[in-house]
Amino acid sequence: MVDKTLELFECGHRACGGCGASSAVRMILKGAGEDTIVVSPTGCLEVFSTPYPETAWKVPWIHSLFENASAVASGIEASLKRQGRKEKVVVIGGDGATVDIGMLCLSGAFERNHDITYICYDNEAYMNTGIQRSGATPFDASTTTSPAGSCSMGNKHQKKDIPAILAAHGAPYVATATMAYPTDLMKKVETAVNTPGACYIQVHAPCCTGWGFDGSKTIEVGKLAVETGLWVNYEMIDGVVKKAKKVKRKPVEDYLSVQKRFRHLFKPQKNDEEIAKVQAIADRNAEKFGIDL
Amino acid sequence: MKQILEGSHAVAEATRLCRPEVIAAYPITPQTHIVEALAQMVADCRLQSEYICVESEFSALSACLGASAAGSRTYSATTSQGLALMFEVCFNVAGMRLPIVMTIANRALSAPLSIWNDQQDSIALRDSGWIQLYAEDNQEALDLHILAYRVCEDHDILLPAFVCFDGFILTHTYEPVDMPTQEEVDAYLPAFNPYQKLDAKDPISFGMYATPDYYLEFRYENQRAMLRTKEAIRKYGALFGEQFGRDYSGLVEGYKLEDAEVAIIAMGSICGTVKDAIDEMRADGKKVGLLKIRCYRPFPDEEIAAALSHIKTVAVLDKNISLGSKGAVALEVKDALYGSSIDVYDYILGLGGRDIRKKDIKAIVDLAEKGSGDMFYGLREELL
Repeated sequence: MVDKTLELFECGHRACGGCGASSAVRMILKGAGEDTIVVSPTGCLEVFSTPYPETAWKVPWIHSLFENASAVASGIEASLKRQGRKEKVVVIGGDGATVDIGMLCLSGAFERNHDITYICYDNEAYMNTGIQRSGATPFDASTTTSPAGSCSMGNKHQKKDIPAILAAHGAPYVATATMAYPTDLMKKVETAVNTPGACYIQVHAPCCTGWGFDGSKTIEVGKLAVETGLWVNYEMIDGVVKKAKKVKRKPVEDYLSVQKRFRHLFKPQKNDEEIAKVQAIADRNAEKFGIDL
Repeated sequence: MKQILEGSHAVAEATRLCRPEVIAAYPITPQTHIVEALAQMVADCRLQSEYICVESEFSALSACLGASAAGSRTYSATTSQGLALMFEVCFNVAGMRLPIVMTIANRALSAPLSIWNDQQDSIALRDSGWIQLYAEDNQEALDLHILAYRVCEDHDILLPAFVCFDGFILTHTYEPVDMPTQEEVDAYLPAFNPYQKLDAKDPISFGMYATPDYYLEFRYENQRAMLRTKEAIRKYGALFGEQFGRDYSGLVEGYKLEDAEVAIIAMGSICGTVKDAIDEMRADGKKVGLLKIRCYRPFPDEEIAAALSHIKTVAVLDKNISLGSKGAVALEVKDALYGSSIDVYDYILGLGGRDIRKKDIKAIVDLAEKGSGDMFYGLREELL
């Protein structure tokens, strides 16, 4: 058991008030413990935590580029192995760095099954550069490069299913979590870092700035994602879903209506047809993972 | 011990003797024989390294970056498209001051696709902050790897290096080489002692971002380290000479330059052809010499100016072209000789593996003597 009272991600960094990612990172390090080397790709987290000469990291930390964190982690793991060192290697990167530009390196590291844990804080768009669409942006979300307009309902595509893709690589442990359930998140991180081989956790990390909600509501929004079935918390052991959090599902409207990125579904008038499409995604999730209570 | 080895195998053996702890590489012609040989050494337990078969050159250098930051001596090899794919990582490695050594089996860049030799690939990375050494033959190629680790890992330097040798012309050619023993290399090259490393016992942050208040100074320190490298090469090159009998203290090396009127400047395997051509031209009474550039980064500007002070005419052989400008070597030679009365002519040649023979070198000297240069040499006019 790691000492969960340790604060390894120090306060005083430059994240927005109510940032879901920064809370997630604090919990991730409580789960991983102090014998951890963290690799971060370029992104919000890297920028708000390490403006030279300041750093929020009380564990060894390295940032190289946007798309190569998995490869850097592969090299660190190989080096530690050669030196007989036992630190855990944990990547913490955003969704753009993970599901889009870093996909090649990610796939390579998981195919080679390095003893690393890759954690994606998923805030569902490129937030650092100004809320542009990524492969993890949900259906119908309005972003600055998938804007809603008179002939657009926002993002046309569904989220890329990275957990399934990495499970298909043979990852021994794949999980999803949310910063809104910190105990569950810490437990999953602890499991991942203690599972030999390449493990993956995707963490739902609401972004008040990019999604358009008040920074005091981050946990509420995070919980609503789970309660509506638009985000499912589950674990996959050797490619098989073992545990998915069951919920008494709320309608997706409850989640969509509190975020400005979905405002076009409700204004100038409510678009029932489009909301039904989002509801269908939640329904499919519920069926696939058997989450309905 | 004298052995007859293919260039790639000579480099692989030299690399083994340097005891890299982590190797990450991706196959690309004509680099393949090097990484295959290293993989076999690991498979045969002749080399105790973690060998990562990555999925791209981009990941190869990224993995080396991580391994180096974690405290291991690392190695990779690539060429051409592979090096182009590493472009972003190259700048990053240099900026993070990680002393990675990488072999470049020089090859042309696409398009059109060409697997054959020129030096456009490494030249294109001239601004990346890597030391660049160019080998004339297989002996020099293997020696420069040992020298490179010694120089790069010096705590006053902490920079990465390319050891460049011409694809196919050297990589696939068998030559006799004098292979040092493990004991000799160990005596010359101490175990890797990282200046800083990722370590949970002493946590530090690597690769932070710098605001305009700090960035300029980081670049300045990088440039200072690069300039200090000249002295480090002189020092460790001389030490190499004392220990192995082959002196590499010079960033440049002259051949029959003392009484020459015309000097050829070149890098890499073409220097061998040039030397043979010079011998024949001298037999015909022409006073021609060669100034070989062994170290292209840092650029030996003062060394070139000093070596050529008595020369009237210089012909630079560039196996590259900075499109829209000139050959990259000639540009900097002109800068080094600025203010002198020396005529410098540039010849772009051998691109994409076009063979250069002694008669070509003689023809170029004739052109330079007539004041004709700054041109592509050997064009097939019927294709234009």
